[in-house]
Amino acid sequence: MTNLAATTVTASYGPRVVLRECSFAIGSGEIVAVVGPNGAGKSTLLRILAGLLRPAAGTVALDGQDLRTFSRAGVARRIAVVPQIFDTLFPFTVREVVALGRTARLGAFGRASADDVVAVDRAIEELELGLLASRRIDRLSGGERQRAVLAMALAQETAVLLLDEPTVHLDPGHQLATLELLRELGTRRQLAVCAVLHDLNLASAFASRIVAIADGRIVREGTPLEVIHPDLVRAVFGDGLEVIARDGHPAVLPRLASPR
Amino acid sequence: MRTLSILAFLVAALVVSAAAGILVGAVAIGPGDVLAALFGSNDVNGTIIRELRLPRVLGAALVGGSLATAGALLQGLLRNPLADPFVTGTSAGATLAAVAAIVLGLAAPLVPLAAFAGALVTVTLVWRLARLGGGTTVLTVLLAGVVLTSFAGAVVTFLLVSSDRLALQLRAVLGWLQGGVSVISWPELGVAAVIVAVGLGFALVLAHRVDAYAFGEETAATLGVDPDRTTTAVLGATALLSGAAVALAGLVGFVGLVIPHALRFVIGATHRRLVPASFLAGAAALVLADLGSRTIIAPAELPVGVITGLVGAPFFLALLVRSRRIVV
Repeated sequence: MTNLAATTVTASYGPRVVLRECSFAIGSGEIVAVVGPNGAGKSTLLRILAGLLRPAAGTVALDGQDLRTFSRAGVARRIAVVPQIFDTLFPFTVREVVALGRTARLGAFGRASADDVVAVDRAIEELELGLLASRRIDRLSGGERQRAVLAMALAQETAVLLLDEPTVHLDPGHQLATLELLRELGTRRQLAVCAVLHDLNLASAFASRIVAIADGRIVREGTPLEVIHPDLVRAVFGDGLEVIARDGHPAVLPRLASPR
Repeated sequence: MRTLSILAFLVAALVVSAAAGILVGAVAIGPGDVLAALFGSNDVNGTIIRELRLPRVLGAALVGGSLATAGALLQGLLRNPLADPFVTGTSAGATLAAVAAIVLGLAAPLVPLAAFAGALVTVTLVWRLARLGGGTTVLTVLLAGVVLTSFAGAVVTFLLVSSDRLALQLRAVLGWLQGGVSVISWPELGVAAVIVAVGLGFALVLAHRVDAYAFGEETAATLGVDPDRTTTAVLGATALLSGAAVALAGLVGFVGLVIPHALRFVIGATHRRLVPASFLAGAAALVLADLGSRTIIAPAELPVGVITGLVGAPFFLALLVRSRRIVV
């Protein structure tokens, strides 16, 4: 069991405060979605959890130990982040990209151990990249590249997986497939998964818990039914959205304009 | 397997071009006499081979290898195939420091050290400037590099025109600035070789960390690379390499840009393979270019920078057209 917890975290970029006293934790086997309007501080929360940004106040602890006491490599062996950038101009093969996930464990001069090879093979298999393994990443489609980068994060063999809008460049079919896969992997590997998602319906369908952020504060946290609630959706996203219930999962649709 | 055969081919290419560089020259010397001269005959041939051709060939190899290795590292770090020691201002800083060292009358073996210091100062400045707005972007690195290159160029011209010491040897200094390995002494070569060896060692140790920059600095960090320490170390290595190269041969263009770029299509993007391959290919290429520079209009000589420019520019354009996209 692992636990990544932020306690009363405040974060700022220069004079601009983007997160105010946010407390939030994720544990093994959970899929937590972070939702909220643009500029609310979702990505900042993720960067804080990944140790990429130092909180101005408050602490982040991994299994009770302050994240600041870990080296960069130490964090990378425990927390993987799926990057939003997954284009490169260089002709890395898919296998080489997935192997980047092992960077924190390689020996001197980047020598790979048997464990490294096994982890890379496993990630390639889990994301069904076998046929693409020796293809150049700069020649793949956006969806394929996204899968390669996800495999890279899985090859890190961490207990925590953080994703910043993993579906943002994908069509609806690939969005579903990616989240389906994420849920399956999260369960199989008992990962603590935390994903920033823009799409409330995807969050509602896949997350075991949703955290809503507005204006740098956590405004509600709970099951999809508790968070994707008409009051909250109106308060956070404005009047234009309507919440409907469907098999116990709330769904959000644009309110239709009244007929003229 | 494929990697090993490519590296073996590059080693063979370097050996063959070095042999050609020693065998061919303005004075015709037969292969038997060259061998005798290498192992210590004390006639004119001995002097030509041991004091002129051999240091020149070794110098060209060091310069080409260093520039190509520095180019490979900078391109990887900035995720941009257009980066090289010239674009990032490193070479300009090295040139300025080397010219200043000559103006101050420093001994020739000290010039590579001065050039390294100049390269280090410039690369630090460029990086600091590029960081002002928070994260480093390729565009700001390149812009800062362009600005510092122009500034260093202006100071170099000022020094050239105003210094009495340089006025006497203006032609030699100008020749060196345009890129040439014509006057390399053993002590100078020795100092440069040590600097290059250290730089290359760093490059080989750092290579797999540079791979982690493939998706940007922040992803490198989440993969377990300490971005500040690694970036500093990589820039330090490029300063060592380009400082030594500039001290030996002035401004030799295109090697640092074209060699790593072209090799990536052959050996792949992984820096553990690209770095040694770049050194070997860069070394072989510049030995050949130098051979061309002293034979094409023999007995006169062209600056080797002219050859690398003449061959490198069209080659690079061909690569651009082939990849059908221009990226800044």
